[in-house]
Amino acid sequence: MNLPDPNALIDALAAQLAPTLSPDCALIGIHTGGVWLRDAVVARLPLMSPMPVLGELDVSFYRDDYAQSGLHAEVQPSVIPFEIEGRHVVLFDDVLYTGRTVRAALNLLFDYGRPASIRLAVLVDRGGRELPIGADFVGLKLDLPATEHIDLLRDATGALRFVHGPWE
Amino acid sequence: MAQNLQLTSDGRLRHLLTLDGLPKRILTEILDTAQSFVSVGERDVKKVPLLRGKAVFNVFFENSTRTRTTFEIAAKRLSADVVNLNVNASSQSKGETLLDTVSNLSAMLADMFVVRHSAAGAAHLIARHVAPHIHVINAGDGRSAHPTQGLLDMYTIRHYKGDFHNLRVAIVGDVLHSRVARSQIHALTTLGCPEVRVIAPRTLLPRDVSGMGVHVFHKLEEGLKDVDVVMMLRLQNERMQGARLPSAGEYYKHWGLTPEKLKHARPDAIVMHPGPMNRGVEIDSEVADGQQSVILPQVTFGIAVRMAVMSLVAGANS
Amino acid sequence: MKIAIRNGRVIDPLSGLDAVMDCFIAAGRIVALGAAPAEFHAGMEIDAMGLVVCPGLVDMSLRLREPGLEYVAGLESEMQAAAAGGITSLACPPDTDPPLDEPGLIEMLKFRARSMPGPRVYPIGALTHQLKGERLTEMGELHEAGCIAFSQADAPLIDTAVLFHTMEYAASFDFPIWLRPEDPFLARGGVAHDGLVAARLGLPPIPVPAETVALQTILLLMRQTGARVHIARLSSRAGVDMVREAKADGLPVTCDVAIHHVHLSEMDTADFNPHCHLVPPLRSVRDRDAIRQALADGTIDAICSDHAPVDEDAKERPFQEAEPGATAAELLLPLTLQWGREMGLSLAQTLARITHQPAQIMGVDAGVLRVDGPADLCLFDPAAVWQVTPETLLSLGKNSPYLGHEMVGRVRYTVIDGHLDYRQI
Repeated sequence: MNLPDPNALIDALAAQLAPTLSPDCALIGIHTGGVWLRDAVVARLPLMSPMPVLGELDVSFYRDDYAQSGLHAEVQPSVIPFEIEGRHVVLFDDVLYTGRTVRAALNLLFDYGRPASIRLAVLVDRGGRELPIGADFVGLKLDLPATEHIDLLRDATGALRFVHGPWE
Repeated sequence: MAQNLQLTSDGRLRHLLTLDGLPKRILTEILDTAQSFVSVGERDVKKVPLLRGKAVFNVFFENSTRTRTTFEIAAKRLSADVVNLNVNASSQSKGETLLDTVSNLSAMLADMFVVRHSAAGAAHLIARHVAPHIHVINAGDGRSAHPTQGLLDMYTIRHYKGDFHNLRVAIVGDVLHSRVARSQIHALTTLGCPEVRVIAPRTLLPRDVSGMGVHVFHKLEEGLKDVDVVMMLRLQNERMQGARLPSAGEYYKHWGLTPEKLKHARPDAIVMHPGPMNRGVEIDSEVADGQQSVILPQVTFGIAVRMAVMSLVAGANS
Repeated sequence: MKIAIRNGRVIDPLSGLDAVMDCFIAAGRIVALGAAPAEFHAGMEIDAMGLVVCPGLVDMSLRLREPGLEYVAGLESEMQAAAAGGITSLACPPDTDPPLDEPGLIEMLKFRARSMPGPRVYPIGALTHQLKGERLTEMGELHEAGCIAFSQADAPLIDTAVLFHTMEYAASFDFPIWLRPEDPFLARGGVAHDGLVAARLGLPPIPVPAETVALQTILLLMRQTGARVHIARLSSRAGVDMVREAKADGLPVTCDVAIHHVHLSEMDTADFNPHCHLVPPLRSVRDRDAIRQALADGTIDAICSDHAPVDEDAKERPFQEAEPGATAAELLLPLTLQWGREMGLSLAQTLARITHQPAQIMGVDAGVLRVDGPADLCLFDPAAVWQVTPETLLSLGKNSPYLGHEMVGRVRYTVIDGHLDYRQI
């Protein structure tokens, strides 16, 4: 399968998002790919004053597979350096699959407060949902079988690319 | 063997019994995880759902309201159900063995035991006998180990000093009877601290203490010279007068940390104490409440560290 | 019953005899070695090809846990265990419940022991009433009842004046006193050698001076009183050196060591294994090596099992709360053989430490293999490999640091007083 250049997808995603944003928005990435995506989108946004506030979530403490696989290595602190109360949140993740990560992120977010709204932006929606969750902004729609995975990677220079293949 | 007992076959932390022999990778993982829990503690909602539905039994064969409370808070912030048991008076005096008590509690469907006991190795014994899905955390066994205290001390040092590689650390006081000191020494040497000192009269040091990789000082002023971290130990009341020490007053005069004595350390040195403090015995109030004291942050970090340990062990089911 | 033991390698450590030959037994005595006596019709033939035939072992400390501690182990099981270990004579310490401080208790124990198969039992009388270290026992009466020596076992004797007078009193009869040197104050509350492992694990320590200070006191009082003293269970290099010096000085002192202290050290306690909680404590590797050397050069005269069956409830506790002691009757032979092999000693030299040397200290006719001597024999396969498990041990005490380990050397037959009292199946 030939995958498109993620940068082109991000251009389109940023263009789609930009008109819906206001200064009282919060742009929050889910570790780790979602934070990269959020950074890449922010870099493409037109200047506004003030800029939307930025946050990061690590959902390790909220995952529903903890009982099976324990705590994931290298948990990062979640960083929400602003009041979540009344904010219009855009949540970023690189790949939307079962929806469980987003579920965990929503729970985590509500432990910080009650946002006015939450929308979801993803680079890839690969299908295979196990929860009633959908994205508001999608870079690329795919229908991948469960035997395959797709991931976003960032190299040392900051360049983003996809890796895709069978699960190991 | 002690090490194998603590780790699963794939090298994850199954029980926390002692820091002696625990690999650096595990210590670092606990400290890193604790960092994320510190940020949870700063939120309005300080709870995460990790241990929802799990039963944590705080089994204290030796009373300690403080330590028990910090474990209780940690477990509750992880959404666990917490059961507190003080076993010292009741069943043990009726001749029930430690293992009987533990089997009884296991039958109440415990998922995790947090154990404090007056005998060294008690937590090891329990860990050897519990069912595979049950996790044991040592909250202090005799003079042997108090690993979560050692870890929270390491967290505090890392928080203020960045890392361990250029640090001089002094541990002051009754090392002989201190499980805290033992856990601190094991952790510091594992994490690569190049110079760990112990400062105490000969009567309060194990005979072979230098074999643990520490430098021995008997004079406080000499031992404190140019150190970056001063870790004070509590002097138990019953040791203040007797065959090992003549009086609390003489101890204070020679080994009590006063502002003048602290001047021998580096100007940016931090002062730590595991609590509860004997003001005017091992530490002067002016130091305990002073600029260089990080004694209260230690307590805050203690909860995050215990959350980290609990969530790591409870997730290590092979 | 007349027994003919054919083709065994017969070893007598005292005479140095070491040759393949036959051995003939009748009426509780060895009647001939080599050629059968005239008119000898064996009621039993034992094929001892490949086996060593040696004097039955003599154990200077084996607890039968009777009277009073039958819930831990009983006379019957421990007598069987001793026989299975090749032991044909044993001294039992007075730390029973009640302690062996009255003639009636000694007579009862001897009577009970005689009524069942197993080794000859030589009780050690309590040195003080109730082992409390305060009042002398009736040593004369106890001796008449069958006590071969007097001791405090592991109970402390705090008052040096009492120690002094017990030695004076015993010297009046020329009764031997066996003492384990340990200063009760220096040892108070301790459970482990005052070394690196205790420092790391935070185990309450027992410093070496606990042994040497007490030993010095005993040696000085010996010189003063002329008492015959045997030093039991040495544990330290410094203690060994003091005994070596005293012997060189002409003091008639003897000493023994427990078999576990010949092989194990504080390092074996590093995982809080309660089976390694022993009295005296396992000391450093240096101390252990000094003991091995002192055994080889004759400073230490004997190895004993210091057999101490402990039930699981008392052992499965945190190290410092676990009852000390290890079951060892059945391990004495293989572990002694291991020491001898590792030190490059002959079988005869090795076996001397568990046969005639302890017998001599006990003052009993045992530990030798000679014509007209008692028919107390141990027949063992020096190459047999077996595993120590709760099932292979006959003792009710399964408390051993060696559980799961393999031993080389296994007793096949034990003959006591001309009877085949043990046969390995």
